[in-house]
Amino acid sequence: MLSEALVEIRDVNFAYDSRPILKGINMSFPKGRLIAIMGLSGCGKTTLLRHIGGVLKPTKGYVKVDGQVIHELDQDGLYRMRRKMGMLFQFGALFTDMTVFDNVAFQMREHTDLPEEIIRDLVMMKLHAVGLYGTQNLMPAELSGGMARRVALARTIALDPMLIMYDEPFAGLDPISLTVVGQLIRRLNDALGATSIVVTHDVQESLKIVDYIYFVSDGAIIAEGTADDIRASGEAFVHQFVYGEMDGPIPFHYPAGDFNLDLGVKDQRGAA
Amino acid sequence: MPIARGLRGIGARVVNGVWRIGFGARFFMMTLFYSGMSFRRFRLTVRELFFTGVMSLIIILVAGLFVGIVLGMQGYETLKRYGSESALGTLVALSLVRELGPVLAALLFASRAGSAMTAEIGLMKATEQISAMEMMAVNPIARVVAPRFWAGVISMPLLAAMFSAMGVFGGYMVGVVMIGVDEGSFWSQMQSAVDFQHDILNGVIKSLVFGVAVTVISLFEGYDAPPTAEGVSGATTRTVVQSSLAILLLDVILTAFMFRGD
Amino acid sequence: MERTTLDLWVGMFVVAGFGALMVLAFKVGNLSTYNVSQSYQLQAYFDNIGGLKAQASVKSAGVLVGRVTDVKLDTTLYKARVTMNIDKRYQFPKDTFANILTSGLLGEQYIGLMPGGDEVMLKDGEEFKKTQSAVVLEDLIGKFLYGKAEDSK
Ligand SMILES: Nc1ncnc2c1ncn2[C@@H]1O[C@H](COP(=O)(O)OP(=O)(O)OP(=O)(O)O)[C@@H](O)[C@H]1O
Ligand SMILES: [Mg+2]
Repeated sequence: MLSEALVEIRDVNFAYDSRPILKGINMSFPKGRLIAIMGLSGCGKTTLLRHIGGVLKPTKGYVKVDGQVIHELDQDGLYRMRRKMGMLFQFGALFTDMTVFDNVAFQMREHTDLPEEIIRDLVMMKLHAVGLYGTQNLMPAELSGGMARRVALARTIALDPMLIMYDEPFAGLDPISLTVVGQLIRRLNDALGATSIVVTHDVQESLKIVDYIYFVSDGAIIAEGTADDIRASGEAFVHQFVYGEMDGPIPFHYPAGDFNLDLGVKDQRGAA
Repeated sequence: MPIARGLRGIGARVVNGVWRIGFGARFFMMTLFYSGMSFRRFRLTVRELFFTGVMSLIIILVAGLFVGIVLGMQGYETLKRYGSESALGTLVALSLVRELGPVLAALLFASRAGSAMTAEIGLMKATEQISAMEMMAVNPIARVVAPRFWAGVISMPLLAAMFSAMGVFGGYMVGVVMIGVDEGSFWSQMQSAVDFQHDILNGVIKSLVFGVAVTVISLFEGYDAPPTAEGVSGATTRTVVQSSLAILLLDVILTAFMFRGD
Repeated sequence: MERTTLDLWVGMFVVAGFGALMVLAFKVGNLSTYNVSQSYQLQAYFDNIGGLKAQASVKSAGVLVGRVTDVKLDTTLYKARVTMNIDKRYQFPKDTFANILTSGLLGEQYIGLMPGGDEVMLKDGEEFKKTQSAVVLEDLIGKFLYGKAEDSK
């Protein structure tokens, strides 16, 4: 980790209505790398991405992107910063009142004065890159979930951002598209010289493509390392996560007391 | 303590209501502040004019015609008792231009276009389209809210005028064509009684005010809706209820100012 | 940027809306007989204006020639000063009578102008010298009853 960091997260704490979600997160994303953030559902991955995008403010600590502290920027500064970022939303978030073409062209039309012919060519290129050339006249409602996600991916990279955030890019894809999208993320990162953050549950796929991995559990980092480190890791929770085992140190349940108590199976003293 | 709980509930509702009024006011100011794009890229507003204005056209025209017909029939019945059937034109035109045109058109507009606006924006929020737009450094107030606001403000007076014109036509059909009131006195009495400034312009001002109120309420409810299916459906209902109340309340206030009888 | 059917619809909508406003202004309302720049102002003092209000019509021989714009109490004379806008097309002699009349028994009150024979016409800002106040129904009924009472004596 010698190259200069594009994104630096220092001791970020955050709570929704006094329920702590992030507890002292420290991360650093060097330029040109592809980094994965993994963790169980609800552990705060999306929340973390929202901090990088400046949608949420940390209660403590800061997120620095390209040398600037995100939550100290004013609206103009934040918008200028966001033009250099691309975010793939967990559920695609395509604009449902526009065609696929207009969705991908959206940022080009909003932020550039490119003539319509060039926009057309660019959109076709991006659609081709995600394997959906020919769908430009469909409405989002006419796409399958996986196709919608790929269109969203094309929209995210429309302006060749320097920082690309993917929130669950692999969910809902068939095995072939999954590999294709995985490779695509890798290639885009290298071709654009961008820095990419992939939030995912898909350990096997991401181990194939990423440079570095952070494991988050219950709002804190519990393990980190390169793909090889992770595969070879002897730590119990990493092993559990990588191989998808039921039993291990990571609890599957939302922290809310003992369900057996609720059922009345156990009495208050804990005897079965 | 059920009483204490009830009181606390009322208190919470009041606080929440005041909070929303403040937030709504700020939302309105933001909409005005970020309105530049609606005019620089007028195409965005034209598109919304289609969905708010053109799509409300049929219901406005049909309703206007029916209201005019009913006014013609009822007005004739009443005026006949005093032997002043020739004032039918005046009665129909004044009722429509001053009151029924702006008010009924706005009520129909709220339930036709306003509720659709709320549902659309609420769903855009629920499906993270608004957040996605913000992440793309595009201000959703400028790009999504303001064009809809201006489209509503522009359409409302036009729709109200069409409603009134249709209504006068309906009254004419019933009074002159079917019942046989003298055509000359129908129009001439109407023209000498309906003043351009006092009646027609004031009617236009009313419908402009209603247009602002209905679109602000609709857009705000959509923007503030909880991002769930119930949230959006509740917001849509609130839009119709609150818009209707706002229209009627504003009508009382405006009428008191405009037609004080001096 | 190309033209679309959507533009056509919106265009038609706007044209129809303004068309409806025009119809209201000219066919339903009095804009055809109402032109501020083409009118002049006259004044008249009345002892009692009854129920006359701003916007009331000013008629001559039954034809609408103008509108009352303002009604005020003149505190030097303690008379009502009525200002009216009269259409430029109509000129009235200096000795024109201005009466406050009622359309029908209970109808609206308006000003009726009865032109005299003077050669000189009234100019902008001048006033009618001869006026007759409103007939107040209560006074009329009072007089009638009083008269009856006198008769029966
Ligand atoms: N708007 C909100 N208000 C309150 N709590 C929220 C809100 N959004 C998320 N949370 C809570 O924050 C926690 C973290 O949410 P987040 O969306 O970051 O999870 P995630 O790691 O992205 O999960 P997943 O993998 O399922 O997408 C969850 O426990 C959730 O209940
Ligand atoms: Mg998530």
